[in-house]
Amino acid sequence: MAKKHISFTLNGAAVETLVEPRELLIHVLREELRQTGSHIGCETSHCGACTVDLNGKSVKSCTVLAVQADGGEVLTVEGLAQNGQLHPLQEGFMQEHGLQCGFCTPGMLMRSYRFLQENPKPTDDEVRMGMSGNLCRCTGYMNIVKAVQYAAKKIQTPGGK
Amino acid sequence: MIPGTFDYHAPNSVDEAIKLLSSLGDEAKLLAGGHSLLPMMKMRFANPQHLIDLNRIDKLRGISEQGGSIHIGAMTTENELIDSKLLQEKCPLLPEAARLISDPQVRNCGTIGGDIAHGDPGNDHPAVMLASEAVFVLQGPGGERTVAADGFFHGLYYTELAADEILTEIRIPIPPKGSGYAYSKLKRKTGDFATAATAVQLQLDGKTCKKITIALTNAAPTALRAKEAEALLTGKSLDEALIEQAAQKAMAICDPAEDMRGDRDYKIHMAGEMTRRAIRLALSRAGGN
Repeated sequence: MAKKHISFTLNGAAVETLVEPRELLIHVLREELRQTGSHIGCETSHCGACTVDLNGKSVKSCTVLAVQADGGEVLTVEGLAQNGQLHPLQEGFMQEHGLQCGFCTPGMLMRSYRFLQENPKPTDDEVRMGMSGNLCRCTGYMNIVKAVQYAAKKIQTPGGK
Repeated sequence: MIPGTFDYHAPNSVDEAIKLLSSLGDEAKLLAGGHSLLPMMKMRFANPQHLIDLNRIDKLRGISEQGGSIHIGAMTTENELIDSKLLQEKCPLLPEAARLISDPQVRNCGTIGGDIAHGDPGNDHPAVMLASEAVFVLQGPGGERTVAADGFFHGLYYTELAADEILTEIRIPIPPKGSGYAYSKLKRKTGDFATAATAVQLQLDGKTCKKITIALTNAAPTALRAKEAEALLTGKSLDEALIEQAAQKAMAICDPAEDMRGDRDYKIHMAGEMTRRAIRLALSRAGGN
Protein backbone atom coordinates (compact mmCIF):
# COMPACT_ATOMS: atom_id res chain seq x y z
CA MET A 1 0.00 0.00 0.00
CA ALA A 2 1.29 3.42 -0.93
CA LYS A 3 2.44 5.63 1.90
CA LYS A 4 0.63 8.90 2.40
CA HIS A 5 2.21 12.24 3.05
CA ILE A 6 0.68 13.93 6.08
CA SER A 7 1.40 17.20 7.82
CA PHE A 8 0.05 18.58 11.06
CA THR A 9 0.96 20.83 13.95
CA LEU A 10 2.64 19.04 16.84
CA ASN A 11 3.06 21.07 20.02
CA GLY A 12 2.98 24.26 17.99
CA ALA A 13 5.49 23.21 15.34
CA ALA A 14 4.69 22.08 11.81
CA VAL A 15 5.64 18.45 11.18
CA GLU A 16 5.33 16.21 8.17
CA THR A 17 5.97 12.57 7.56
CA LEU A 18 5.12 9.61 5.38
CA VAL A 19 2.78 7.03 6.89
CA GLU A 20 1.02 3.87 5.90
CA PRO A 21 -2.74 4.30 6.28
CA ARG A 22 -2.77 1.53 8.86
CA GLU A 23 -0.34 3.29 11.20
CA LEU A 24 -1.93 4.56 14.39
CA LEU A 25 -1.30 8.08 15.63
CA ILE A 26 0.48 6.84 18.77
CA HIS A 27 2.96 4.83 16.67
CA VAL A 28 3.75 7.77 14.39
CA LEU A 29 4.18 10.12 17.36
CA ARG A 30 6.53 7.75 19.11
CA GLU A 31 8.40 6.02 16.34
CA GLU A 32 8.48 8.50 13.44
CA LEU A 33 8.43 11.80 15.30
CA ARG A 34 10.30 10.46 18.34
CA GLN A 35 7.94 12.04 20.85
CA THR A 36 7.87 9.20 23.32
CA GLY A 37 6.07 11.02 26.14
CA SER A 38 2.71 9.53 25.14
CA HIS A 39 2.64 5.91 26.27
CA ILE A 40 1.16 2.75 24.81
CA GLY A 41 -0.70 0.90 27.55
CA CYS A 42 -3.53 -1.42 26.59
CA GLU A 43 -3.71 -0.60 22.85
CA THR A 44 -7.44 -1.25 23.02
CA SER A 45 -8.74 2.22 23.94
CA HIS A 46 -9.40 1.34 27.57
CA CYS A 47 -6.48 2.66 29.62
CA GLY A 48 -5.98 6.21 28.34
CA ALA A 49 -2.16 6.21 28.64
CA CYS A 50 -1.96 7.32 24.98
CA THR A 51 -4.36 10.26 25.43
CA VAL A 52 -3.39 13.32 23.40
CA ASP A 53 -5.20 16.48 22.37
CA LEU A 54 -6.34 16.39 18.72
CA ASN A 55 -8.03 19.52 17.36
CA GLY A 56 -8.95 20.63 20.86
CA LYS A 57 -10.37 17.33 22.06
CA SER A 58 -8.96 14.47 24.11
CA VAL A 59 -8.55 11.30 22.09
CA LYS A 60 -6.91 7.94 22.63
CA SER A 61 -4.19 7.99 20.00
CA CYS A 62 -4.08 4.17 19.83
CA THR A 63 -7.51 4.28 18.20
CA VAL A 64 -6.97 7.12 15.73
CA LEU A 65 -5.20 6.61 12.42
CA ALA A 66 -2.25 8.92 11.83
CA VAL A 67 -3.76 9.91 8.46
CA GLN A 68 -6.76 11.25 10.37
CA ALA A 69 -4.51 13.85 12.02
CA ASP A 70 -3.56 15.26 8.60
CA GLY A 71 -4.07 19.03 8.67
CA GLY A 72 -4.87 18.97 12.37
CA GLU A 73 -3.36 20.14 15.63
CA VAL A 74 -1.87 17.69 18.09
CA LEU A 75 -0.69 18.46 21.59
CA THR A 76 1.25 15.89 23.61
CA VAL A 77 2.78 15.99 27.08
CA GLU A 78 6.00 17.33 25.54
CA GLY A 79 4.08 20.50 24.71
CA LEU A 80 2.74 21.24 28.19
CA ALA A 81 5.70 23.04 29.75
CA GLN A 82 6.29 26.52 28.34
CA ASN A 83 9.66 28.31 28.35
CA GLY A 84 11.11 25.83 30.80
CA GLN A 85 8.27 26.33 33.25
CA LEU A 86 6.09 23.40 34.20
CA HIS A 87 2.38 23.58 33.49
CA PRO A 88 0.30 23.93 36.70
CA LEU A 89 -0.87 20.35 36.16
CA GLN A 90 2.67 19.03 36.01
CA GLU A 91 3.45 21.00 39.14
CA GLY A 92 0.28 19.65 40.78
CA PHE A 93 1.17 16.03 40.02
CA MET A 94 4.58 16.66 41.59
CA GLN A 95 3.32 18.54 44.66
CA GLU A 96 0.43 16.19 45.40
CA HIS A 97 2.32 12.98 44.62
CA GLY A 98 -0.06 12.30 41.72
CA LEU A 99 2.11 9.54 40.33
CA GLN A 100 3.79 6.41 41.56
CA CYS A 101 5.25 4.42 38.66
CA GLY A 102 4.38 7.27 36.28
CA PHE A 103 3.31 5.16 33.33
CA CYS A 104 -0.23 6.57 33.16
CA THR A 105 0.91 10.13 33.91
CA PRO A 106 1.31 11.53 30.35
CA GLY A 107 -2.27 10.41 29.59
CA MET A 108 -3.52 11.73 32.92
CA LEU A 109 -1.86 15.09 32.26
CA MET A 110 -3.22 15.43 28.74
CA ARG A 111 -6.75 14.44 29.74
CA SER A 112 -6.77 16.76 32.76
CA TYR A 113 -5.31 19.57 30.58
CA ARG A 114 -8.38 19.40 28.35
CA PHE A 115 -10.78 18.60 31.18
CA LEU A 116 -9.89 21.78 33.09
CA GLN A 117 -10.74 23.77 29.98
CA GLU A 118 -14.10 22.02 29.73
CA ASN A 119 -14.73 22.50 33.44
CA PRO A 120 -12.37 25.04 35.11
CA LYS A 121 -13.84 24.67 38.64
CA PRO A 122 -14.75 20.99 39.02
CA THR A 123 -15.90 19.15 42.12
CA ASP A 124 -13.90 16.05 43.05
CA ASP A 125 -16.69 13.90 41.60
CA GLU A 126 -16.56 15.81 38.33
CA VAL A 127 -12.78 15.26 38.19
CA ARG A 128 -13.37 11.53 38.66
CA MET A 129 -16.00 11.45 35.89
CA GLY A 130 -13.90 13.64 33.60
CA MET A 131 -10.87 11.40 34.10
CA SER A 132 -12.81 8.12 33.94
CA GLY A 133 -11.17 7.14 30.66
CA ASN A 134 -7.72 6.97 32.30
CA LEU A 135 -6.59 4.05 34.41
CA CYS A 136 -3.83 4.06 37.03
CA ARG A 137 -2.64 0.54 37.81
CA CYS A 138 -0.91 1.84 40.95
CA THR A 139 -4.47 2.95 41.94
CA GLY A 140 -3.20 6.36 43.02
CA TYR A 141 -6.48 8.03 42.19
CA MET A 142 -6.85 10.06 45.41
CA ASN A 143 -3.67 11.99 44.72
CA ILE A 144 -4.47 12.32 41.03
CA VAL A 145 -7.73 14.06 41.96
CA LYS A 146 -5.81 16.29 44.39
CA ALA A 147 -3.24 17.11 41.70
CA VAL A 148 -5.94 18.14 39.24
CA GLN A 149 -7.59 20.31 41.90
CA TYR A 150 -4.21 21.87 42.75
CA ALA A 151 -3.87 22.89 39.10
CA ALA A 152 -7.48 24.09 38.87
CA LYS A 153 -6.87 26.45 41.79
CA LYS A 154 -3.52 27.62 40.47
CA ILE A 155 -4.93 28.33 37.01
CA GLN A 156 -7.76 30.35 38.61
CA THR A 157 -5.31 32.43 40.61
CA PRO A 158 -4.19 35.65 38.90
CA GLY A 159 -0.64 35.12 37.69
CA GLY A 160 -1.26 31.37 37.48
CA LYS A 161 -1.67 29.80 34.07
CA MET B 1 -1.30 -4.12 17.54
CA ILE B 2 -1.54 -2.73 14.02
CA PRO B 3 -4.32 -3.31 11.49
CA GLY B 4 -3.65 -5.15 8.24
CA THR B 5 -2.94 -3.09 5.14
CA PHE B 6 -5.69 -1.11 3.46
CA ASP B 7 -6.19 1.91 1.21
CA TYR B 8 -7.53 5.01 2.92
CA HIS B 9 -10.14 7.30 1.39
CA ALA B 10 -11.38 10.52 2.98
CA PRO B 11 -14.24 11.91 0.87
CA ASN B 12 -15.63 15.40 1.53
CA SER B 13 -19.22 14.68 0.53
CA VAL B 14 -21.83 11.95 0.95
CA ASP B 15 -22.12 11.55 -2.84
CA GLU B 16 -18.39 10.99 -3.13
CA ALA B 17 -18.53 8.45 -0.29
CA ILE B 18 -21.37 6.54 -1.95
CA LYS B 19 -19.51 6.48 -5.27
CA LEU B 20 -16.48 5.03 -3.51
CA LEU B 21 -18.64 2.51 -1.67
CA SER B 22 -20.30 1.40 -4.91
CA SER B 23 -17.07 1.05 -6.84
CA LEU B 24 -15.05 -0.65 -4.08
CA GLY B 25 -17.83 -3.07 -3.13
CA ASP B 26 -17.47 -5.62 -0.37
CA GLU B 27 -13.80 -4.82 0.13
CA ALA B 28 -14.66 -1.43 1.65
CA LYS B 29 -15.75 -0.45 5.14
CA LEU B 30 -17.05 2.89 6.39
CA LEU B 31 -15.06 4.50 9.21
CA ALA B 32 -17.08 6.60 11.65
CA GLY B 33 -15.71 7.10 15.19
CA GLY B 34 -13.56 4.00 14.76
CA HIS B 35 -13.91 2.70 18.30
CA SER B 36 -15.55 -0.55 17.19
CA LEU B 37 -13.97 -1.00 13.76
CA LEU B 38 -10.33 -0.10 14.53
CA PRO B 39 -10.07 -2.48 17.52
CA MET B 40 -11.55 -5.23 15.33
CA MET B 41 -9.01 -4.45 12.62
CA LYS B 42 -6.14 -4.38 15.13
CA MET B 43 -7.13 -7.83 16.35
CA ARG B 44 -7.49 -8.86 12.70
CA PHE B 45 -11.14 -9.85 13.14
CA ALA B 46 -11.79 -7.40 10.30
CA ASN B 47 -9.50 -6.90 7.31
CA PRO B 48 -11.12 -4.44 4.90
CA GLN B 49 -9.06 -3.61 1.81
CA HIS B 50 -10.40 -0.06 1.77
CA LEU B 51 -11.47 2.32 4.53
CA ILE B 52 -13.80 5.18 3.66
CA ASP B 53 -13.43 7.76 6.43
CA LEU B 54 -16.63 9.80 6.91
CA ASN B 55 -15.03 12.23 9.38
CA ARG B 56 -14.36 14.95 6.82
CA ILE B 57 -17.99 15.20 5.68
CA ASP B 58 -19.26 18.18 7.69
CA LYS B 59 -22.82 17.71 6.43
CA LEU B 60 -23.10 14.51 8.46
CA ARG B 61 -22.73 16.37 11.75
CA GLY B 62 -25.19 18.50 13.65
CA ILE B 63 -28.46 18.54 15.56
CA SER B 64 -31.51 20.56 14.49
CA GLU B 65 -35.25 20.75 14.99
CA GLN B 66 -37.42 20.38 11.92
CA GLY B 67 -41.20 20.10 11.94
CA GLY B 68 -41.77 18.27 15.21
CA SER B 69 -38.66 16.10 14.87
CA ILE B 70 -35.06 16.33 15.92
CA HIS B 71 -32.67 15.59 13.05
CA ILE B 72 -29.24 14.31 14.02
CA GLY B 73 -26.42 13.88 11.53
CA ALA B 74 -25.07 10.34 11.70
CA MET B 75 -21.52 11.52 12.45
CA THR B 76 -22.58 13.55 15.49
CA THR B 77 -20.47 12.40 18.43
CA GLU B 78 -21.69 11.14 21.80
CA ASN B 79 -20.29 14.21 23.56
CA GLU B 80 -22.14 16.46 21.11
CA LEU B 81 -25.38 14.65 22.02
CA ILE B 82 -24.63 15.15 25.73
CA ASP B 83 -23.84 18.87 25.29
CA SER B 84 -26.83 19.64 23.04
CA LYS B 85 -29.24 22.09 24.73
CA LEU B 86 -31.87 21.11 22.14
CA LEU B 87 -31.69 17.43 23.08
CA GLN B 88 -31.50 18.17 26.82
CA GLU B 89 -34.72 20.16 26.50
CA LYS B 90 -36.69 18.15 23.94
CA CYS B 91 -35.22 14.64 23.81
CA PRO B 92 -33.46 14.11 27.16
CA LEU B 93 -33.44 10.32 26.76
CA LEU B 94 -30.57 10.62 24.27
CA PRO B 95 -28.12 12.62 26.41
CA GLU B 96 -29.01 10.44 29.40
CA ALA B 97 -28.03 7.31 27.46
CA ALA B 98 -24.97 8.90 25.82
CA ARG B 99 -23.55 9.86 29.22
CA LEU B 100 -23.44 6.15 30.10
CA ILE B 101 -21.47 5.19 26.99
CA SER B 102 -17.77 4.44 27.55
CA ASP B 103 -15.57 7.35 28.68
CA PRO B 104 -14.91 11.00 27.74
CA GLN B 105 -12.20 10.34 25.16
CA VAL B 106 -14.20 7.61 23.42
CA ARG B 107 -17.31 9.83 23.44
CA ASN B 108 -15.30 12.51 21.57
CA CYS B 109 -14.88 10.07 18.68
CA GLY B 110 -17.81 7.65 18.89
CA THR B 111 -20.82 8.65 16.77
CA ILE B 112 -24.54 7.96 17.03
CA GLY B 113 -24.61 6.66 13.44
CA GLY B 114 -21.70 4.30 13.94
CA ASP B 115 -23.23 2.98 17.14
CA ILE B 116 -26.52 2.24 15.32
CA ALA B 117 -25.15 0.92 12.03
CA HIS B 118 -22.65 -1.45 13.63
CA GLY B 119 -25.53 -3.72 14.67
CA ASP B 120 -23.92 -4.67 17.96
CA PRO B 121 -26.59 -5.55 20.58
CA GLY B 122 -24.20 -4.24 23.27
CA ASN B 123 -24.37 -0.72 21.82
CA ASP B 124 -26.79 1.60 23.58
CA HIS B 125 -28.35 3.66 20.81
CA PRO B 126 -30.32 0.83 19.15
CA ALA B 127 -32.60 0.39 22.19
CA VAL B 128 -32.80 4.17 22.66
CA MET B 129 -33.82 4.50 19.01
CA LEU B 130 -36.50 1.82 19.38
CA ALA B 131 -37.92 3.50 22.49
CA SER B 132 -37.80 6.89 20.71
CA GLU B 133 -39.52 5.51 17.59
CA ALA B 134 -36.70 6.97 15.51
CA VAL B 135 -36.51 6.95 11.73
CA PHE B 136 -33.24 6.45 9.87
CA VAL B 137 -32.31 8.07 6.55
CA LEU B 138 -30.28 5.71 4.36
CA GLN B 139 -28.61 7.02 1.23
CA GLY B 140 -27.42 4.84 -1.62
CA PRO B 141 -26.59 5.14 -5.32
CA GLY B 142 -30.32 5.12 -6.17
CA GLY B 143 -31.20 7.90 -3.73
CA GLU B 144 -32.55 8.17 -0.23
CA ARG B 145 -34.96 6.00 1.75
CA THR B 146 -36.26 6.22 5.28
CA VAL B 147 -36.79 3.23 7.53
CA ALA B 148 -38.15 2.94 11.05
CA ALA B 149 -35.78 1.87 13.83
CA ASP B 150 -38.34 -0.84 14.61
CA GLY B 151 -37.40 -3.37 11.90
CA PHE B 152 -33.90 -1.99 11.18
CA PHE B 153 -32.03 -4.41 13.45
CA HIS B 154 -32.11 -7.89 11.92
CA GLY B 155 -29.48 -9.80 13.89
CA LEU B 156 -25.97 -9.77 15.28
CA TYR B 157 -24.01 -7.18 13.21
CA TYR B 158 -26.81 -7.42 10.65
CA THR B 159 -29.08 -4.48 9.87
CA GLU B 160 -31.35 -3.17 7.11
CA LEU B 161 -28.46 -1.02 5.81
CA ALA B 162 -27.42 -2.31 2.35
CA ALA B 163 -23.73 -2.71 1.47
CA ASP B 164 -23.83 0.36 -0.82
CA GLU B 165 -25.77 2.58 1.57
CA ILE B 166 -24.75 5.08 4.24
CA LEU B 167 -26.82 5.97 7.30
CA THR B 168 -26.85 9.75 6.99
CA GLU B 169 -29.41 11.01 9.50
CA ILE B 170 -31.45 10.00 12.51
CA ARG B 171 -34.88 11.59 13.00
CA ILE B 172 -36.56 11.50 16.37
CA PRO B 173 -40.16 12.58 16.88
CA ILE B 174 -40.16 15.07 19.78
CA PRO B 175 -42.09 13.55 22.69
CA PRO B 176 -44.97 15.69 23.98
CA LYS B 177 -44.12 18.08 26.83
CA GLY B 178 -44.26 16.38 30.21
CA SER B 179 -43.29 12.95 28.85
CA GLY B 180 -41.24 10.69 31.10
CA TYR B 181 -38.08 8.95 29.99
CA ALA B 182 -35.29 6.85 31.44
CA TYR B 183 -32.28 4.83 30.41
CA SER B 184 -31.26 2.44 33.18
CA LYS B 185 -28.00 0.63 32.59
CA LEU B 186 -26.00 -1.88 34.57
CA LYS B 187 -22.33 -2.10 33.65
CA ARG B 188 -19.40 -3.56 35.52
CA LYS B 189 -17.12 -0.59 35.01
CA THR B 190 -16.56 2.53 32.92
CA GLY B 191 -15.93 1.53 29.34
CA ASP B 192 -17.77 -1.78 29.51
CA PHE B 193 -20.85 -2.69 27.53
CA ALA B 194 -24.14 -3.09 29.38
CA THR B 195 -24.74 -6.28 31.30
CA ALA B 196 -28.34 -5.19 30.76
CA ALA B 197 -30.05 -1.87 30.06
CA THR B 198 -33.57 -0.63 29.36
CA ALA B 199 -34.85 2.50 27.59
CA VAL B 200 -38.32 3.81 28.36
CA GLN B 201 -40.33 6.69 26.93
CA LEU B 202 -43.74 7.34 28.50
CA GLN B 203 -46.74 9.70 28.30
CA LEU B 204 -49.37 10.09 30.97
CA ASP B 205 -52.93 11.33 30.59
CA GLY B 206 -53.81 12.21 34.15
CA LYS B 207 -52.89 9.03 36.02
CA THR B 208 -53.35 6.82 32.97
CA CYS B 209 -50.41 5.62 30.89
CA LYS B 210 -51.41 6.93 27.48
CA LYS B 211 -48.38 5.55 25.68
CA ILE B 212 -45.20 3.73 26.63
CA THR B 213 -42.27 2.33 24.66
CA ILE B 214 -39.77 -0.08 26.24
CA ALA B 215 -36.59 -1.39 24.61
CA LEU B 216 -33.74 -3.57 25.87
CA THR B 217 -29.97 -3.44 25.27
CA ASN B 218 -27.72 -6.51 25.12
CA ALA B 219 -30.51 -8.93 26.04
CA ALA B 220 -30.54 -10.78 22.67
CA PRO B 221 -28.69 -10.79 19.32
CA THR B 222 -30.32 -7.41 18.62
CA ALA B 223 -31.88 -4.64 20.68
CA LEU B 224 -35.44 -5.66 21.54
CA ARG B 225 -38.69 -3.74 21.75
CA ALA B 226 -40.79 -5.22 24.56
CA LYS B 227 -44.17 -4.84 22.87
CA GLU B 228 -46.14 -7.16 25.16
CA ALA B 229 -44.91 -5.27 28.19
CA GLU B 230 -45.92 -2.01 26.49
CA ALA B 231 -49.40 -3.35 25.67
CA LEU B 232 -49.89 -4.50 29.25
CA LEU B 233 -49.23 -1.02 30.63
CA THR B 234 -50.97 1.10 28.00
CA GLY B 235 -54.29 2.56 29.12
CA LYS B 236 -53.74 1.68 32.79
CA SER B 237 -52.84 3.52 35.94
CA LEU B 238 -49.36 2.17 36.70
CA ASP B 239 -48.56 0.60 40.07
CA GLU B 240 -45.84 -1.71 41.38
CA ALA B 241 -47.84 -4.86 40.57
CA LEU B 242 -48.27 -3.83 36.93
CA ILE B 243 -44.61 -2.77 36.65
CA GLU B 244 -43.62 -6.20 37.95
CA GLN B 245 -45.83 -7.92 35.36
CA ALA B 246 -44.32 -5.75 32.61
CA ALA B 247 -40.79 -6.64 33.77
CA GLN B 248 -41.74 -10.33 33.59
CA LYS B 249 -43.04 -9.84 30.02
CA ALA B 250 -39.78 -8.11 29.08
CA MET B 251 -37.72 -10.91 30.63
CA ALA B 252 -39.72 -13.48 28.63
CA ILE B 253 -38.38 -12.15 25.29
CA CYS B 254 -34.72 -12.02 26.39
CA ASP B 255 -32.24 -14.35 24.74
CA PRO B 256 -28.81 -13.18 25.90
CA ALA B 257 -25.49 -14.91 25.23
CA GLU B 258 -23.49 -16.06 28.23
CA ASP B 259 -20.16 -14.24 28.58
CA MET B 260 -17.86 -12.79 31.24
CA ARG B 261 -20.65 -10.43 32.28
CA GLY B 262 -22.77 -13.33 33.47
CA ASP B 263 -24.78 -16.39 32.53
CA ARG B 264 -28.14 -16.24 30.81
CA ASP B 265 -30.25 -16.39 33.99
CA TYR B 266 -28.34 -13.55 35.61
CA LYS B 267 -28.54 -11.36 32.52
CA ILE B 268 -32.27 -11.97 32.09
CA HIS B 269 -32.78 -11.17 35.77
CA MET B 270 -30.83 -7.92 35.36
CA ALA B 271 -32.80 -7.03 32.20
CA GLY B 272 -35.93 -7.35 34.35
CA GLU B 273 -34.45 -5.16 37.08
CA MET B 274 -33.33 -2.47 34.62
CA THR B 275 -36.84 -2.52 33.15
CA ARG B 276 -38.45 -1.99 36.58
CA ARG B 277 -36.07 0.87 37.35
CA ALA B 278 -36.52 2.56 33.98
CA ILE B 279 -40.33 2.40 34.14
CA ARG B 280 -40.38 3.74 37.72
CA LEU B 281 -38.02 6.61 36.85
CA ALA B 282 -39.88 7.51 33.64
CA LEU B 283 -43.16 7.44 35.56
CA SER B 284 -41.89 9.78 38.29
CA ARG B 285 -40.42 12.14 35.68
CA ALA B 286 -43.82 12.26 33.93
CA GLY B 287 -45.32 13.38 37.24
CA GLY B 288 -46.78 10.00 38.20
CA ASN B 289 -45.81 8.18 41.39
